[in-house]
Amino acid sequence: MSSAELAIETTALGKTFGRQAAVDGLALAVPRGSVFGFLGPNGSGKTTTIRMLLGLSSATSGEIRVLGQQIPDAAAQVLPRVGALVEGPAFYPFLSGRENLRRFDTANRHAPSRSRSARVEAALDRVGLAQAAGKKAHAYSLGMKQRLGLANALLMPRDLLVLDEPTNGLDPQGTREVRSLIRSLASDGTTVFLSSHLLAEVEQVCTHVAVMSTGRLVAQGSLDELRAQGTERVAVRTPDVGDARRVLASLGLTPDLARDDLVSAELPAGVPPEAVTAALVRADVRVRGLAVVGETLEDRFVALTGEGFDVAE
Amino acid sequence: MSQSETAPRSLGFALLGSELRVLFRRRRTWAMLAALAAIPVLIAVAVRLSDSPDAPGDGPTFLSDITQNGLFVGLTALVFSVPLFLPLTVGVVAGDTIAGEASLGTLRYLLVAPSGRVRLLLVKYAGAAAFCLAATLTLVLVGAAIGAVLFPIGPVTLISGDTIGVGGYALRATLFVAYVSISLLGLSAIGLFISTLTTVPVGAMAATIVLSAVSQILELLPQLSAVHPWLFSHYWLGFADLLRTPIDFTVFGQNALLQLGYIAVFGTLAYGRFSTKDILS
Repeated sequence: MSSAELAIETTALGKTFGRQAAVDGLALAVPRGSVFGFLGPNGSGKTTTIRMLLGLSSATSGEIRVLGQQIPDAAAQVLPRVGALVEGPAFYPFLSGRENLRRFDTANRHAPSRSRSARVEAALDRVGLAQAAGKKAHAYSLGMKQRLGLANALLMPRDLLVLDEPTNGLDPQGTREVRSLIRSLASDGTTVFLSSHLLAEVEQVCTHVAVMSTGRLVAQGSLDELRAQGTERVAVRTPDVGDARRVLASLGLTPDLARDDLVSAELPAGVPPEAVTAALVRADVRVRGLAVVGETLEDRFVALTGEGFDVAE
Repeated sequence: MSQSETAPRSLGFALLGSELRVLFRRRRTWAMLAALAAIPVLIAVAVRLSDSPDAPGDGPTFLSDITQNGLFVGLTALVFSVPLFLPLTVGVVAGDTIAGEASLGTLRYLLVAPSGRVRLLLVKYAGAAAFCLAATLTLVLVGAAIGAVLFPIGPVTLISGDTIGVGGYALRATLFVAYVSISLLGLSAIGLFISTLTTVPVGAMAATIVLSAVSQILELLPQLSAVHPWLFSHYWLGFADLLRTPIDFTVFGQNALLQLGYIAVFGTLAYGRFSTKDILS
């Protein structure tokens, strides 16, 4: 894919804090117009990467191009076209929601002051905060702050949205609204770069996914590609466990240790499940049931990032 | 392509306007200005209530002059506030500039807006300078008002022996405000620099205020007389020359030059620190 078609491109991007590499050798390729899920457990380097993409912190090594231009050198030209929600929303607690948005809008020199009021109201409306816009931000709930943060990202028409955990703190209804908001933005042609540690969130809206684990990229591609990388398993329920194992082995499968009446094995790409059924029947194995268990994206995610509950170091 | 790309770049004064609005809408700012306003009121009321006749050498000279002329209340309040109260409030505002935004997390949103780091630094400094002016104005205006209420108002006898009318005094008062505001710009620049070093605004405020005290203490040590002209507080109380005819602007100019030096040095340090700083808050 050529650089012109990429909204975000990093080459060998690295960030070291002291002696600890928070991000290491990252090569992201986010196609224009995609909804790109940036997955990884807490502490895997997602937010550090986003900070570098937005020019908030400098890379220790490697290069970043956003919307075709170098970051941080061209940040002043690029950032007006980028809406961002970074590591949670943040506001002046003593200002109202509306005044907070006006404040951030004045910081953007490309945002015309003539249309400021109209744009602020439209953004508030879009995230469902029109009623609460006059309330002081300190009185906002976490979900309302999250919405206000999204409104801030939508103050101007953007070519790229970088949203770091956008549904954090939202109720199920709010999560659904954000999801449909992302879809409608994407259908307008905006590239959405969405970071999350929740796979379910990403799976429902994203066209592309990258998975981070301890500062490194462990998978990247379209959602279908990533799913296809996952393997299927065949599980056979039978009283003749020994015979079934022999048949599966003869097909080139490696059956795992059988339980009383169940034997299962990974299904290689070249062996269709019906071939397994036919072989079993030919060998007079009494088959009570045969199931193909596809690996879910979640299994894949866990396989890539490790199962541990511990925050990555 | 996108609308944002073709939008004309404004000069960016909107951010300055927003900065001033946010600064002067904060309750903290008003509380500090109210505390400053209380100083001339307390001085005037205390002098009015005390029956003791003016004893020469008893307290600052201006204090006894107040009873003859209410116009001196503002000036007396300035003399009282310059060593402590003004640096205290200026330290709070200047120390909060960058560190306050960092601790709220709003700094990252201003920078990705994008405000531009240099522009944000300039706007923040302009806000702190505006507060210096507002604080000084508060002292002088409230002082004039309470003085007019409690004491007679009349022609003022200057140090040089001449007498000027109320109009002439208004000009001098304007010069006092300018002098004291300019005096505080160096400290503001120091506060701005310290503010870029931390994400804890209280730390930056305290450090700035402590430095203003250190500078004034060094001024008291005769052994360090060689460095005295270089201390940012050196000319803080040097506005007496403005009470002569003709007005002697020598100290005014020296003070302005010294403060400019501090702005240049600490402005550069703040720029050097902030332009490459990783924003991790």
